[in-house]
Amino acid sequence: MPASDSTAKREPVLSLRGISKNFGAVQALTDINLDVHAGEVVALVGDNGAGKSTLVKILSGVHPATSGAIRFLSQEVHLADPGAALSLGIATVFQDLALCENLDVVANIFLGRELSPLGLDEVTMEVRAWQLLNELSARIPSVREVVASLSGGQRQTVAIARSLLLEPKLILLDEPTAALGVAQTAEVLDLIERVRDRGLAVVMVSHNMEDVRAVADRIAVLRLGRNNGIFLPDASNAELVAAITGAENNAISRRAQRRAAEGQAPQ
Amino acid sequence: MSRPDDTATSAKLDRRDERLQSGDDIGGAIRNFIERVRAGDLGSLPVIVGLIVICSVFTAINPLFLSPANLVNLLFDCSTVGIISLGVVCMLLVGEIDLSVGSVSGLASAVLGVVWVNTGWPVPLAIIAAIGTGALIGLIYSELFNRFGMPSFVATLAGLLAVLGAQLYILGPTGSINLPYGSDLVNFGQLLVIPKPLGYALALIPGLVSFASRLRMAQRRRAANLSSASLAMIALRAGLLTIGLEIAVFVLNQARGVPWMFALFVLLVVVMHYALSRTKWGRSMRAVGGNREAARRAGIKVRAIYTSAFVLCGTFAAIGGVMAACRLASASQQAGTGDVNLNAIAAAVIGGTSLFGGRGSAYSALLGIIVIQSISSGLTLLDLSSSLRYMITGAVLAIAVVVDSLARRSRQSHGRA
Repeated sequence: MPASDSTAKREPVLSLRGISKNFGAVQALTDINLDVHAGEVVALVGDNGAGKSTLVKILSGVHPATSGAIRFLSQEVHLADPGAALSLGIATVFQDLALCENLDVVANIFLGRELSPLGLDEVTMEVRAWQLLNELSARIPSVREVVASLSGGQRQTVAIARSLLLEPKLILLDEPTAALGVAQTAEVLDLIERVRDRGLAVVMVSHNMEDVRAVADRIAVLRLGRNNGIFLPDASNAELVAAITGAENNAISRRAQRRAAEGQAPQ
Repeated sequence: MSRPDDTATSAKLDRRDERLQSGDDIGGAIRNFIERVRAGDLGSLPVIVGLIVICSVFTAINPLFLSPANLVNLLFDCSTVGIISLGVVCMLLVGEIDLSVGSVSGLASAVLGVVWVNTGWPVPLAIIAAIGTGALIGLIYSELFNRFGMPSFVATLAGLLAVLGAQLYILGPTGSINLPYGSDLVNFGQLLVIPKPLGYALALIPGLVSFASRLRMAQRRRAANLSSASLAMIALRAGLLTIGLEIAVFVLNQARGVPWMFALFVLLVVVMHYALSRTKWGRSMRAVGGNREAARRAGIKVRAIYTSAFVLCGTFAAIGGVMAACRLASASQQAGTGDVNLNAIAAAVIGGTSLFGGRGSAYSALLGIIVIQSISSGLTLLDLSSSLRYMITGAVLAIAVVVDSLARRSRQSHGRA
């Protein structure tokens, strides 16, 4: 993997230090650190309640972090609302996709970013929508159909195409394959690789170890709202599962972390 | 002979997918239409069918129903509640409802009467005061909704009573203010019609505008290598529209002619249609009505959108109230009570705006109110008591909502929800 050698030296696109988030008495995230580089897919894995989705929501500006520092493109940033994150260049594809089913594909892709607000430029928007979809080699029959008529994979494609509209530097994918069949999952994984090859940083939340291993360059494990190790995709399933579940046998997790640290340097 | 059209068509940016059944010619357009209706995407079809049924039934019973004189009166009556209904369309589009539009219109007419007749302000100021009152009430609702999370139907139900109280309070013990006959406002509400030749000329405009704008759109789409409507289709649409309007004007001109008040209503409908379908604001309204959370995450200022809907609804209700005062030449305690509220809401729903949010158009206010006023006018001609009128109008509303619900279910099962 030639990329990881250079990414280690390069300034990361996104760098989190000591991020914490409380919901009332519940400490959802504690002291999270994470670096993501350009042209890299970082998978965020963890058990239910590990704080993956909370972290995504903080990065997308849905919830503000309680404490900690977020550096984006070498700047300290404050993500107060979804608009702020978007205009910085952080695009999010939520697990529920956040599409308006009553609007067509073009309207969804340009939602909140319409061209010429006082007399919508439908032609330019439609052409741009086709461009985005074609760049992703997406197979959507018509962009003038309402989203309700599309399949799960097609909706995922529309959501990803929408996130690329503003040419973001970082794209967050929350469970992109959770609701999809085998073929559609493969299509979305292809899509993620194409996005990465365009030089974007990708953070992908997933439960599915197979999918994670297929596309991720690094795998960050969260457990009960804390960092629990960074792995390479060639880490064994046992190691990952141990880190995710917090296995009794500490030797395995120690070994996994050691291997992860060793693995980064020579490869 | 260079006819690159056929080969170019297959390569159009939006026609490359082989699964797509193209429908650019007239036959294809008809097929697409049938397909849409079968899937439950009814649009204005039920209301047009309903209108034909209503007209045939009433004409069979009393031929006076379709007489030009009756139709002119019908259009005068349509305009007041129709304008109120336009505001209801805005509320329904964002998935909320305003149950107090009748009271707001009543208060606006009372404000007009008090400020103009009793206090002696100039007419324009009085109108602004009345409409401003409606906008202010809408703003109060939006604050209750946005800040305190009060469901819109509760906030406006409370408003219904409070606003009615305000109306009675400012009208004082006499309870009724007569607007002077012969004044411009009352003439506007009762007499003024478009001069007949001008009526024919104005009826040409929609067809010409439709032709020009669709032609320009088709040219731009062709230049961008997208599929576009054929010249024949565009001409056919514009031609049918023009013929329909000219016939309508001809019939109305057999009696007094087209009321200016109705022209104002249609103008407001067209402006709202443009705003709702061709602007970023309109797109945001539909998005909020379809999926509020998705709209918020797309960076739309959801609260501002709700505020705009509430304020517009109050404003239109007030404009309708002013028109109603002109129509009746009085501002009374009865203004805006009775069936005004329900008719305005029913018109929007009957016209095809969904109660479930996110679907509808400004034209539904126009179509819906024509249906309701036709029923009301037909029943009046039959000399039926208001008790029967209420029951029949209620049944029509129920049918409209059932059609809306069934169509929604069908859309869901056909993947068009």
